[in-house]
Amino acid sequence: MKWSEFFTSSVGKKFVMGLTGIFLILFLVVHVGINACMWAMDGGEMFNKAAHFMGATVVIRILEVGLFVGFFIHIIQGLVLTFQNRKKRSIGYQVPMGNAGSKWYSRSMGLLGTIVLIFLIIHWKQFWIPSRFTDMSEATYESGVPVHDLFGLMKDTFSQLWVVILYVVACISLAYHLLHGFQSAWRSLGLSNNRYLHLINAVGVGFSIIVPLAFAMMPISMYFDWVQ
Amino acid sequence: MEHYTMNLTLKVWRQKNKKDRGGFETYSVSDISSEMSFLEMFDVLNERLVTEGKDPISFDHDCREGICGMCSMYINGRPHGPWEGTTTCQLHMRAFKDGDTIVVEPWRANAFPVIKDLVVDRSAFDRIIQAGGYISVNTGNAVDANSIPVEKDKADTAFASAACIGCGACVAACKNASALLFVSAKVSHLALLPQGGPERKTRVTAMVAQMDKEGFGSCTATGACEAVCPKEISISNIARLNAEYGVSGLSSDK
Repeated sequence: MKWSEFFTSSVGKKFVMGLTGIFLILFLVVHVGINACMWAMDGGEMFNKAAHFMGATVVIRILEVGLFVGFFIHIIQGLVLTFQNRKKRSIGYQVPMGNAGSKWYSRSMGLLGTIVLIFLIIHWKQFWIPSRFTDMSEATYESGVPVHDLFGLMKDTFSQLWVVILYVVACISLAYHLLHGFQSAWRSLGLSNNRYLHLINAVGVGFSIIVPLAFAMMPISMYFDWVQ
Repeated sequence: MEHYTMNLTLKVWRQKNKKDRGGFETYSVSDISSEMSFLEMFDVLNERLVTEGKDPISFDHDCREGICGMCSMYINGRPHGPWEGTTTCQLHMRAFKDGDTIVVEPWRANAFPVIKDLVVDRSAFDRIIQAGGYISVNTGNAVDANSIPVEKDKADTAFASAACIGCGACVAACKNASALLFVSAKVSHLALLPQGGPERKTRVTAMVAQMDKEGFGSCTATGACEAVCPKEISISNIARLNAEYGVSGLSSDK
């Protein structure tokens, strides 16, 4: 079997979705961990330094390229699969099955993913592009090296209510996307051992609640001035 | 449960042939016994249609005892109707009550084209089996049944997978019209037994390739297939197929 045959088959495509999905889940762990530094209550010093470390370290910049490849494959393949699968039943049912036998979010991965994608584009424009390419205000701490004042940018951005609402909606979509995706990814990679599946299911539910909740609390705590 | 009779309204999909656009027709049936099977209710209606000089409703059926996999009706938004782990022929009219309206549709999937009324062409499943769902055995005397030891747990799991009757309810229920529950049951059944060992790698790749060629969608693990399966085939078979496919595809020499 050729590589191309493997990765273009329906099972191989799911393999890629699962693999990139788990990779992106790992990225979420890093992202939420770094961002949690904003709650250090030190005027954003720890957060700005952590963000500087992520931006200025060559190893992480190289990994970032891998991250973008992961995003790109997951998004494109996900959209292609959604549209291809939709074409497999040209005439629908008069009485749809609805939620009998499956959860709404497991059937809505394309929609939930698209909401996250729209958020992602806005999110990149608000934070990633200013921090990497365009100018933004700097902050200097005792080491004397100026670092981007991303904490200030966050304060500024999250003073607008619509942005906070958008971020919360995106986090809810991400939560449901993960609720199905976390465990489904492992099945796609072939994990069929019941003992591990139970473990993965439990961890998946916890992850899908805790991580998006932590992300959602960031704009909320900024908007209500809970962090200084 | 006490016996009762009921009057029902049926909305049934009628389609003359593959090319006909088709549509729903409404029929009233009266004095239906609660002890009749769903197909017997259709027999009663068809006898009336024949005496009235009309074309009876075509539907698939054979054994009528839930083991052949021929019956295939999508009843009130669910393949094989409201009862769990039940084929259409084993669905009995006590599942309904007087005055109910029942909507009956054929399986809907582009890989299962409608031949007539409620009959769909499921030969795609046959071609998937032909692609690899077998073991090759030399002719000659039958080998002693116990000459190859089989672990009891594996034998039981293989048997549970082999219970798949290939009715296609999984395809009918899946939002992607994916056949992966069927294919995974057939792959698992043989992969779990030593007799399936020699062709294990080629089997899974050949069957998946044929499945894709037939125009089924890909699995997104919603679980609808497992929920409607009359033989209660477990979705864990799909994860097993994924592993079989991964090992086979990635360890391939060519």
